[in-house]
Amino acid sequence: MVLAIGIRFDPSVVWEFLFNGVILRGARETIWIALIAQTVGILLGMVFAVMRVSRNPAARGASGFYVWFVRGTPVLLQLLLVSFGLRQMIDNEMFREVLTRWRAAVITFSVNEGAYMTEIVRAGIQSIPSGQMDAARSLGMTNLQAMRRVILPQALRVIIPPTGNEFIAMLKNTSIAFAIGVLELSSAARRIYADNFKVMELLVVAAIWYLAMTTVFSLLQAEAEAWASAGRERPKTLGSLLVRALVPGGRER
Amino acid sequence: MLRCEQVWKRFGKLEVLQGIDLEVSRGEVFVIVGPSGSGKSTLLRCINHLEVIDKGRIYIDGELLGYREADGVLKEQDERSVARTRASIGIVFQQFNLFPHLSALGNIIEAPVQVKKVPKAEAVKTGKELLRKVGLGDKLDAYPSQLSGGQQQRVAIARALAMQPKLMLFDEPTSALDPELVGEVLDVMKNLAAEGMTMVVITHEMGFAREVADRVVFMDEGRIVESAPPEEFFQSPREQRTRVFLSKIL
Repeated sequence: MVLAIGIRFDPSVVWEFLFNGVILRGARETIWIALIAQTVGILLGMVFAVMRVSRNPAARGASGFYVWFVRGTPVLLQLLLVSFGLRQMIDNEMFREVLTRWRAAVITFSVNEGAYMTEIVRAGIQSIPSGQMDAARSLGMTNLQAMRRVILPQALRVIIPPTGNEFIAMLKNTSIAFAIGVLELSSAARRIYADNFKVMELLVVAAIWYLAMTTVFSLLQAEAEAWASAGRERPKTLGSLLVRALVPGGRER
Repeated sequence: MLRCEQVWKRFGKLEVLQGIDLEVSRGEVFVIVGPSGSGKSTLLRCINHLEVIDKGRIYIDGELLGYREADGVLKEQDERSVARTRASIGIVFQQFNLFPHLSALGNIIEAPVQVKKVPKAEAVKTGKELLRKVGLGDKLDAYPSQLSGGQQQRVAIARALAMQPKLMLFDEPTSALDPELVGEVLDVMKNLAAEGMTMVVITHEMGFAREVADRVVFMDEGRIVESAPPEEFFQSPREQRTRVFLSKIL
């Protein structure tokens, strides 16, 4: 079918820039920022979730406020607050040097993720039947010991799927760092097409990389879910099938 | 060994325990019976401080539970002290409450290692012996989901025993079991009683009560209605309410 309008799209340009240095740097930064922010977010989430269900009203309140504020404002706004906003407010040379744009982005994404992780971990903790806490405490464990040894390990099974979700969203949300000029995948693509005007081609390159990253991490999530099901039926995952097929003598974990 | 003095406990507006007085000597087996809602489980949970009582006192081996007495004033104990006391009281739940992410042996060594800081090798040795004692020596590495109800409950008993408690509490240990599996759990409990463990057992297994109990206690609506040795309790109960209850279940 011949279109009346000409389609200006050159697939060979996509191939040309798919493994371009700037693009690869951008992709690497995206993964790196996402990994750090997600890890810190998970740690913050665990701490604040335990606070959220604690008997101490101050702990509960502080945690509640954190979640309310961070979930209630757009992450773009938080990013601008942390970078440009703080720069204006804190008139200190050293502070401005230390708070680079990259660090501002990682801090913002970490704190932001922490709020969502708090709710995920809390839901996980509360999904464990109360009898488990009873048993742990009856054996002489303190609340903290019971959390660490009995509740959280079981809660992992409930926590991992939404956390995997969060990470995949995080991979894509790093593109918001574009707004303060941090180099990640989307801004890398833009730098190139701002130069050669091959807008669509470069965006397709970025899209391919985002898809590759999210797909790989989806597979890893399935593995993590299977691992967390220790003591129960281990589901067959694509990963474990690949291991059996590709690794000589390799057996399912 | 265990003394409850005028224990009162309220949940919201409901007075669940109304002035419970109970005294259990070392080595005695008390069986508590009564209709559901009578406060039996709550009493047990108060004894190991899973619930905090509103009025009255509970003494475990002469020590006041949950509070420190200083100059005539009662001050609440900190979490660690309460946890330490709880470690010396074993409890077996109706729903077993085994840790599903640990094997049978794992369940048993968890508390000794984490709470009493027993070296792992020693805990494993004691754990294996306990499992053999309850008849599950071949199920060390089995996970709770792979065990029958009766087996799980026996692991739960072994788990409680691993902490070498002075007192064992049983909250309807066989009520959630298929009838064929009840016997194996009762056998373990009978052996425990014969070995001289101080036990407080909530159960509907009247045969067990007749055979093993030193005293049978009937609770109804938060109060102890009658307390007597089994022969007297089952053959010539004094209270009318006791007689009505017995007629329904015997």
